Amino acid sequence: MSAQGSSVEQLPNGSGAAALLAAGVASFTLAVLAIAADQIAWVKSAMIFYKPTGPLSGVTTSAIVVWLVAWLVLEARWRKKTVALGRICTAALVLMALGLLLTFPPLADLF
Amino acid sequence: MEMTARELWTALHGMGFGALYLLACSGAIVEFWRRYAPAAATPATTGDERFLRIYFAVLAALAWLAVLTGTYIVYPWYRAAPPPGTTDLSGFPQRLLMASPSTIGWHSLGMEWKEHVAWLVPISTTMTTAVFFRYGRRLKDLAPLRNAILWMLLGSFFAAGVAGFFGAMLNKHAPVQGGTTIHFAGGEKP
Repeated sequence: MSAQGSSVEQLPNGSGAAALLAAGVASFTLAVLAIAADQIAWVKSAMIFYKPTGPLSGVTTSAIVVWLVAWLVLEARWRKKTVALGRICTAALVLMALGLLLTFPPLADLF
Repeated sequence: MEMTARELWTALHGMGFGALYLLACSGAIVEFWRRYAPAAATPATTGDERFLRIYFAVLAALAWLAVLTGTYIVYPWYRAAPPPGTTDLSGFPQRLLMASPSTIGWHSLGMEWKEHVAWLVPISTTMTTAVFFRYGRRLKDLAPLRNAILWMLLGSFFAAGVAGFFGAMLNKHAPVQGGTTIHFAGGEKP
């Protein structure tokens, strides 16, 4: 086995997968929270963490908290493991794409 | 030559952090692909890796500075509600845009998309930076991870482009104005 091959083997891919999937989860969460704050009155008022910025403050802060918690939990579980990277990368990219699409107002207004 | 404090913050947010992010992100995508693709003609050296680590960290910092200044400094001025009876809406950009059918779309589509999609940028850029710090040159051998973070960077670039485009157009149609006037220089008499 080459030196490069053994360095890959020595470093599990779990940390990378955790970071990637957490980012996908955060993107999707942000879009869902934005839709909820736009459509549901009580969510809208609950998301006002800082009045001058309005519900955007709560939507983004909550998404950041979800992101960091997801990242910490996944990192703790996968740090020393080699995981099925292909499936996790696909899931993360799908979640990121949904985040991009669902923040687009004409699509968000369908809900 | 004068600028108001609000104009200065808006320029710092959009041009100082946002536009610089877009410029730097396009460079990061090209450099990342050039050095870490499986068939890279010029593989990354230790020096390249050190440089790219600093580059990605600066990129993530720019993304955070852009969204934080936008959300917590400029956006409150944009969405400020005018006192009852106000007829001059020039100091209230959101209301100014919403007052005309020809400009309301800049708010209902432009700002509504921009204010949310922009936050995907620091998330994906911070993730990319963290993965790069962790794996560095080893990403060359981790194809799915390398390709996924490249796609995340492209998504981030797209999101920043959307935010930048609408930011520029919103400020063209209803500029954020007001605050303390800052005097830069006096001009010559014609």
